[in-house]
Amino acid sequence: MMEKQEAQDLCQQVLRRCRQAQAEVLLVAEDNHLTRFANNTIHQNVAEKNLSLTVRYILDGKVGSAATNRSDADGIDQAVEMARQNALASPPDLNFPGLAEPAVYVEAGGYDDRTAAYPADERADAVGVVCRLAAEKSLNASGAFSTGARQVAVANTAGVFACHAGTVADFQVTVMGNDSSGRAQASAWRAGEIPSEALGRKAIRKAELGKSPRLVDPGEYAVVFDPYVTQDLVAMLNYHGMGAQAVLDGRSWMNDRIGQQVMSPLVNLWDDGGDTRGLPAPFDYEGVPKKKVEIVRDGVVLGPVYDRATARKAGASSTGHAMPPNQRMFGPAAGNLFLAPGTAATEELIASTRRGLYITRFWYTRLVHPRDCTITGMTRDGVFMIENGELAYPVKNLRFTQSYLQALADVETLGSETRLLVVEYSGMATHVPALKIGRFNFTGVTV
Amino acid sequence: MKELMDRALDFASRRGAQYADVRLVDNRTQTMAVRDGNVETLNDSESAGFGVRVLHGGGWGFASSCELSLAEADRVAELALQLAGASSRVPGETVDLGPPVDSRGTYQTPIQVDPFGLPLEDKLGLLMAADSEMARVPGLRVRRGNLTFIREQKWFANTEGAFTEQTIYETGGGIQATAVGNGEVQSRSFPASFGRQQVTAGWDAALAWDLPGNAARIAEEAVALLTADRCPSGIVTDIILGGDQVALQVHESCGHPIELDRVYGSEAAFAGTSFLTTEKLGVFQYGSPQVNITAESLRPRGLGSFGWDDEGVPAQSTPIVRDGLFMGYLMSRETASRLGKTSNGCMRASGWNRIPLIRMTNVSLEAGDWELEDLIADTQDGIYMETNRSWSIDDKRYNFQFGTEIGYEIKHGKRGRMLRNPTYTGITPQFWNCCDAVCNQNHWVMWGTPNCGKGQPGQIAHTGHGAAPARFRQVRVGVLK
Repeated sequence: MMEKQEAQDLCQQVLRRCRQAQAEVLLVAEDNHLTRFANNTIHQNVAEKNLSLTVRYILDGKVGSAATNRSDADGIDQAVEMARQNALASPPDLNFPGLAEPAVYVEAGGYDDRTAAYPADERADAVGVVCRLAAEKSLNASGAFSTGARQVAVANTAGVFACHAGTVADFQVTVMGNDSSGRAQASAWRAGEIPSEALGRKAIRKAELGKSPRLVDPGEYAVVFDPYVTQDLVAMLNYHGMGAQAVLDGRSWMNDRIGQQVMSPLVNLWDDGGDTRGLPAPFDYEGVPKKKVEIVRDGVVLGPVYDRATARKAGASSTGHAMPPNQRMFGPAAGNLFLAPGTAATEELIASTRRGLYITRFWYTRLVHPRDCTITGMTRDGVFMIENGELAYPVKNLRFTQSYLQALADVETLGSETRLLVVEYSGMATHVPALKIGRFNFTGVTV
Repeated sequence: MKELMDRALDFASRRGAQYADVRLVDNRTQTMAVRDGNVETLNDSESAGFGVRVLHGGGWGFASSCELSLAEADRVAELALQLAGASSRVPGETVDLGPPVDSRGTYQTPIQVDPFGLPLEDKLGLLMAADSEMARVPGLRVRRGNLTFIREQKWFANTEGAFTEQTIYETGGGIQATAVGNGEVQSRSFPASFGRQQVTAGWDAALAWDLPGNAARIAEEAVALLTADRCPSGIVTDIILGGDQVALQVHESCGHPIELDRVYGSEAAFAGTSFLTTEKLGVFQYGSPQVNITAESLRPRGLGSFGWDDEGVPAQSTPIVRDGLFMGYLMSRETASRLGKTSNGCMRASGWNRIPLIRMTNVSLEAGDWELEDLIADTQDGIYMETNRSWSIDDKRYNFQFGTEIGYEIKHGKRGRMLRNPTYTGITPQFWNCCDAVCNQNHWVMWGTPNCGKGQPGQIAHTGHGAAPARFRQVRVGVLK
């Protein structure tokens, strides 16, 4: 990662070339490494170093943008000229809220030198231990161990300069037998906090417990969810309605429900870019400081997160949740979400269930109906029938079609232990516990 | 450019790499979006860089960088070798890449009009014209339109003597109308869902879609869907799928399970595995005799069309399903060798900073011999469904549930009332064995899927799927809402 002053100098180089126009530049520098394994061997091992500059050029209310991953003078000149041409070709942007104003940014933390420079051999050795443990049980381990660093800086001609660097490590392992599988994952901004061997043992144990699964009929069941499932519930609620654009468009699960009790009083959900238990980020991609936003308090829906454009439309203030320019058409989104834990261990959630399903993970979840956030998807990597408070037998995977809003209304107990999990592809951080839900609708089985 | 690539390969060879390749990619993408008559986005992006892949000490390593310099070529090659060394600490079976690949030549997507040579105002004008047509229809909440143009130049070289240069053009675009009311959110999209149709072609493709000419129709349909009857739930009936939905069905339930890396478990932790295991090759009845599926990287306009894949293997055609029988896989050099075959050129990377993975090229359902009108007339009782809205399938690509934007009841051979929120579900081989009719070449379109996710770190591939409307007998329809 470059020094803060170096990032500022590069941003100023871009802004100076914009001459009399209003302008904003977003700098993103990344240095990422990932070791991937399958069939108890490392089959992919990759590294990427990139730096991108995205310029927004505003002339008489017309807005154009351009991005480049060249940081030399010619590359910057070309990007600024493309942004200028795009602004000239556009009619005035009636929704442009203006540039962010200078603000005070807190040091958010979340950067670990060792994680940024984590040795490939150490990733390989951590993977090797898990592969060996799986092979000893005649099982197959696969997964990925990633470490990396990311720096984001935003500057504009109104005087904003914000810069933050963070690191992230993620270890995920799936262990497969002939007819069973188990899964474990952990994320952290300090790679040293990843308990890779323990995760491997956990996945192996689940794969062993899951042997010879039985078919069960679809229908409504009480469920106990591992945090991996909870992560999906929280992520889908974010994608499909936690941002103000979805509310303004009328397609959010929050529409007509703000201020109402629609979830269990046990549910408390918030986004906090400053909390180092997640992946902190002190400002958004417009340079607006992130506020802690309560999304749901005691089951009552309080409202969405905003960027500057949606805040202007809604007569609100930005909460610092603007996305990068190439994703801004989807509107703002939360990025560091927390679901408050309860007091019960996962074993207690199971012990308190007379009959139900204990589920490790969901897979390929997709929106069926937006207003009540009805989702369909499959279970994966370990499903077990609970009878009289004990795991009775493993079951084959099921398809569900279920309103996640209703599921969170039916929450009976939350687990006491929370886990940081980074969502694959989006990079969103969630800090979530296990859940027990009174009823959940399964609509099919895998033969 | 050539000097940088040679430098990286020389570095790897001198350090004893068994094999190395280098890809240098320069991508230019222009996107524009209009929302409710306002230009929401007008952006150009350039991304250039190179990636070096090495096989060393029995392990694979890959490193990439955006800095195009000789010194960086050395650093990146060195890093790739280090990563290969780390891989070899957890060794697997010996890698066999099969016959050497020494392809040489140039390829460019055939285009009529270069989209980057046109005034921006012309392109925005097309979106504004479509927006104006949608705006005439009362009752809409959101109107959207977008265009995407891509020009990607790519150079590939390996230590076996290959050196290829390719320029791929893509044009994508679409419009969407959304209405809200009655507790419903209903959208209609054209020509395809999730933003856009996309093909390897020039500006002429965007004009041919006639976005303005279809704008009022989809706007009216979106409004009408708010009060349309709900699709019957929990019934089993015949369905006719529109060509765009058949394309997605092919993508999800045929294209992914025939990826041989999935079959061999390389994607087990993330994308999943496949029910189409190798003992089924040549003997498994995947579908009915009406089902013929081909993977081909030569078809005009397909997003999977190119000169060579990212291992330098030439574009080619592979029968996947013939008369319903499962016949072939999508393969890399390494996986093909393991199966005792030669690669059919399906290794593709999403950019300079990603390794190639086995990806779909153009996996297409071949045309049958029905006119759509005759197929509807031949259907006593059923539902017609068009334009994907929701898609979910399990990690072996077996159990799926799809929803479409719009449906129509079919009664006594006639298309009847509009239906909202149609969904259907099934098990892949059972479903394809229920296919008894595919429409003819008049209805066959090369559809594009520009949003196919796979791999860690994530890669978004662009794949093509030729398809025509098709009928499936006795399918479970309507799952909850």
